[in-house]
Amino acid sequence: MSNTLQIVWLIPFLPLIGFLINGLGRKQLSKSLTGIIGSGVILASFLISIFVFFQVKNGNSHVAHYFDFINTGSLKVGFDFQIDQLSSLFLLIITGVGFLIHVYSTSYMHEEESKDFAKYFAYLNLFVFSMLLLVMGGNYIIMFIGWEGVGLCSYLLIGFWFKDNNNNDAAKKAFIMNRIGDFGFLLAVFWLIAKLGTTNYHDVFDQVSKLSSFDITGITLLLFLGATGKSAQIPLYTWLPDAMAGPTPVSALIHAATMVTAGIYMIARSNILFTMAPLTQSVVAVIGLATAVVAATIALKQNDIKKVLAYSTVSQLGYMFLGLGVGAYTGAVFHVMTHAFFKALLFLGAGSVIHAMGGEQDMRNMGGLKKYMSITHITFLLGCLAIAGMPPFSGFFSKDEILAAAFEKNPVYWGVGVLTAFMTAFYMFRLYGLTFLGKFRGTHDQEHHLHESPSAITIPLIILAILAVVGGWIGIPEVFMHGGHRLEAFLEPIFAQSNTLVTSLNEKHALSQTTEYALMAVSVAGALIALLYAWNKFSKYEKSIEEETGFAKVISNKWYVDEFYNAIVVKPIQSIAGFFSNVVEKKGIDGFVNGVGKAVNYGSRQIRLLQTGQVSAYMLMMVVAILILFIIQLFL
Amino acid sequence: MPINYYIFLALALFTIGVIGVLTRRNAIIIFMCIELMLNAANLLLVAFSKLHTATSNIATAGSDAQIFVFFIMIVAAAEVSVGLAIIVMMYRNTHSVDVNFLNRLKN
Repeated sequence: MSNTLQIVWLIPFLPLIGFLINGLGRKQLSKSLTGIIGSGVILASFLISIFVFFQVKNGNSHVAHYFDFINTGSLKVGFDFQIDQLSSLFLLIITGVGFLIHVYSTSYMHEEESKDFAKYFAYLNLFVFSMLLLVMGGNYIIMFIGWEGVGLCSYLLIGFWFKDNNNNDAAKKAFIMNRIGDFGFLLAVFWLIAKLGTTNYHDVFDQVSKLSSFDITGITLLLFLGATGKSAQIPLYTWLPDAMAGPTPVSALIHAATMVTAGIYMIARSNILFTMAPLTQSVVAVIGLATAVVAATIALKQNDIKKVLAYSTVSQLGYMFLGLGVGAYTGAVFHVMTHAFFKALLFLGAGSVIHAMGGEQDMRNMGGLKKYMSITHITFLLGCLAIAGMPPFSGFFSKDEILAAAFEKNPVYWGVGVLTAFMTAFYMFRLYGLTFLGKFRGTHDQEHHLHESPSAITIPLIILAILAVVGGWIGIPEVFMHGGHRLEAFLEPIFAQSNTLVTSLNEKHALSQTTEYALMAVSVAGALIALLYAWNKFSKYEKSIEEETGFAKVISNKWYVDEFYNAIVVKPIQSIAGFFSNVVEKKGIDGFVNGVGKAVNYGSRQIRLLQTGQVSAYMLMMVVAILILFIIQLFL
Repeated sequence: MPINYYIFLALALFTIGVIGVLTRRNAIIIFMCIELMLNAANLLLVAFSKLHTATSNIATAGSDAQIFVFFIMIVAAAEVSVGLAIIVMMYRNTHSVDVNFLNRLKN
């Protein structure tokens, strides 16, 4: 109890309090008070997280046990919070980016009615609470509670404007697809309990050698199924683009910076399990790569500003899984961090644009916003440069680290990854060009309405832009500067077990400096060309009504994946459900119940006729019955 | 005398009783037929009791059947008193002792 980190319970507790106050007092509290409470609790959590981070940095890791959560027979699950390098880093990202987004929301959601406004902040606080539970949990069960909680909040916030039924459909889609993944996660946890009888990270990782390779592969594949649902990977990624139906800050917080990285956190946390299952690692890498490239191609042709960012998020998450799959755990976590900065920035910038355009999201109706919104424009440009992987912006370092590790494992991975990076640069600058360059293409009213957003929106943008620029500097590759990768040194204890294992198998052979420079040069040069091409092309964009043809049509229809899922999953389920409700329910179950009623009715109508009222008839029946009883008694 | 004689006589009496109950409509005749069946049963009980006493070593064997017969007689006597009272009441109400008039509870 003497450990100072025992107080970490405050970090998730404060957002929970904020949720309760805002949720219960939503009819009484004024908007400004709601905003102050909602953002204030997150700020307080952030300050504690900073304190915790420095404690951890000074070598103070701690598992705080509060009470027994489940205590049955041999299974003991404690309500534990594990504070170490990985979770403290995530705490900073969640509370830090979360706080900025809360501040942003106070302005962005200001047109809502006061009780909706409070409801929004209550949900947002509940989300932060669940996310903190997810990353702080000291065992898989606590992680699962948070895992479900963020899914719930995601559902609530996607469907925040529930009066439009499309939003509800998007929310349900997200929830159901997440459930598919959660089912895999839960099975993996049960499997662990069955084999090891514990879910504590420390115990599981200590006893990992007791598991057979079949068990490990099974567990990790199921865990990865959970990750594909939460982190929007093939085959469960289609919910994320639809999730853009929610308010833009929600997309920034939940569907870009934090919740969707839960899968990466979970795999990074369980890294030793994945390192011991080479098959799963290959699956993770291939799925990640496929997701990255598919989502990037779709993003090339989207016209909705948020949809482009959504597919870009899916694609970047694919990168992170590629990193996890090739064993570059640090790189994946690094990319989570830089991605949280620049993608939150891009989403918030897009939100600022949408705000100025009066709710317009179609980029074909934008253009030329550069001269109306200078702060949004500059921060957005920085975000685009960061995601495109231009040095020295943050995206360059993290992406490069993942690509280098991929090259070590298999040059094909690298090739596809670099191709995706080119596409990323292209679609991001298509987005930038369509939105900020050229002439304004919207209506006259919209042009009149254009304005720079208020400071509650621009200040978070500026802070995030600074982070998006400098955030990569904590992970400078070894070739540039010896000991420059401070993040790797910081996270070393988390991945130590995996690293020892990999070294002992002698799989790791470091790249020569020349190769590494060459790889970087190729990716930067390619991205730069794609960037300049897109800049040039889309700054002169004119609206046209040409029909898309051939391949362009396929990718602008998102490879028809939604249609495919509709045809193979939704339609059959609907027809089976229709069969059950029309035939089995009506004819079978109802028929049986009604049939019993009818039979009793008919039978009693017939038997009633026996009551003739004739005494002699009764006596005859009595005698006949006695005779029958005699016959039964004597002969049967 | 062989036991068969008693059995056949009792059976004949009982059957006559049953047929009488089933076919006749006069309440008093039905009543007498019921008595006939009771007495057929009594006759059998007495006959078997005697047979039992004759074939058994135990002195008291079969005596319970004799007692049983007395019980039946007593119950029959009680039944006669109640039954005749019912028939009298029935005659007062319907001016007949035909059981087929006893169908007022129907419908």
